[in-house]
Amino acid sequence: MKKTVLNQVHHQAGARMVEFGGWEMPVQYAGVIAEHMAVREAAGLFDVSHMGEIEVSGPQAFDFLQYATTNDVAALVDGQVQYTALCYPTGGVVDDLTLYRFAADDYLLCVNAANTDKDFEWLQKLLNESDFIDLKLINRSDEYAQLALQGPQAEKILAGLTQTDLSALKYYCFAKGEVAGVATIISRTGYTGEDGFELYCPAGGGVQIWQALMQAGEPLGLVPTGLGARDTLRLEKAYALYGHEITADILPLEARLAWITKLKKGEFVGSQALLEAKAAGLKRKLIGLQLTESGVPRENYPVLCDGREVGYVTSGTMSPCLKKGIALALVESEIADGEQALQIGIRKRQVAAERVKPPFV
Amino acid sequence: MDFPDELKYTEEHEWVLIENDVVTVGITDFAQDQLGDVVFVELPETGDQLETGKPLGVVESVKAVSDVYAPLSGEVVEVNNDLPDEPEMLNTSPYEDGWMVKIKLADVGELEGLMDASGYQEFIEQD
Repeated sequence: MKKTVLNQVHHQAGARMVEFGGWEMPVQYAGVIAEHMAVREAAGLFDVSHMGEIEVSGPQAFDFLQYATTNDVAALVDGQVQYTALCYPTGGVVDDLTLYRFAADDYLLCVNAANTDKDFEWLQKLLNESDFIDLKLINRSDEYAQLALQGPQAEKILAGLTQTDLSALKYYCFAKGEVAGVATIISRTGYTGEDGFELYCPAGGGVQIWQALMQAGEPLGLVPTGLGARDTLRLEKAYALYGHEITADILPLEARLAWITKLKKGEFVGSQALLEAKAAGLKRKLIGLQLTESGVPRENYPVLCDGREVGYVTSGTMSPCLKKGIALALVESEIADGEQALQIGIRKRQVAAERVKPPFV
Repeated sequence: MDFPDELKYTEEHEWVLIENDVVTVGITDFAQDQLGDVVFVELPETGDQLETGKPLGVVESVKAVSDVYAPLSGEVVEVNNDLPDEPEMLNTSPYEDGWMVKIKLADVGELEGLMDASGYQEFIEQD
């Protein structure tokens, strides 16, 4: 199992460690619910160094990315981040990612840990099979540590450790600066639905930044937060997680990701299949469901309508904020748009669920 | 972690309080710690017949679903009806407020198979 530079720090903090995407990562410290609420009400610090970073640079970087990704790279300016995806020619999803534009010819892709090698090989294959020659593709994942500081107190905590003017840094923008004396890419992004920052630094500086942030943040309620809370936080905001809401067998259009699938930008990998699927009418749609009775919906539980299985739960949990079972579910489009009563099959029970327009919180 | 001496324990991490032929059952401090935040509890109904080793109920944490197994055979004579509404009591008070069911034993001889507190502690240290 791979370990991040913060592995020792997590063990010392009493974290419970689990295997995730080939990495030994903290799933919780004090407890998922307490960590979840800390992020909603104060701040939490996540080690997300397992995420992958892939550099795409050179004169043809823009054209290549416009071809490889679903969102419109032309909409990005220097210092801006874009949420986007890689698709297969079938329209299924290779991965979702954030794309950082340093300059017109210099980009960084932040990808899911478990997909890093797959993504890199996929991009390499696209490159080899295409006419693009004048660009570099480099897997820089081992060079970076990445921390996510999330929550309403995040700016206040970070401001004391950097010269970068955070008040000028807007959502989905980034700046190069220093944090606690370590060169860092400060990105106003995250996966919790709260204000916050994702900090990319040389792997060797990860511990220094972690400790400086914890020290500065503790008086403001900052706690270390693990993958358990990361999952419940993203699910309350209905953010997709690869392997659940999006996979090689699910189209981004089905998964509420039409907004990052720019079918009018010109041809890209998967665009043909996606246009055809859209013209034919999507068969499935991802919807939000909230239980109206007690219970916890979980992945792969069936969604039922008049006793018939009409879809399945892609992710589900007990929402710590709502104290109700919530789920994202991929269901037949007619059912998704209809008003028939739905249930989720939980063991032998059929538990009533109502459609909720995401996010849940 | 706390393992009261007056209780008996099972390898499935349940505790049993014996009062003549009626036992009160719950999950141990070790079990609640392993589970993490408990968010849902499903219990049997009064009158249900339980069989040793068969599912008695379900405990769900944020991350996982776990079956709870009947430590002993017998009839359910009382269930903790407050628990489904406040499942977090399993975390905060596993031996008191978090009790799950009371069982009228079919065979008092089954009690022989249970561990005492020090035996259970040894068991989880080896596990």
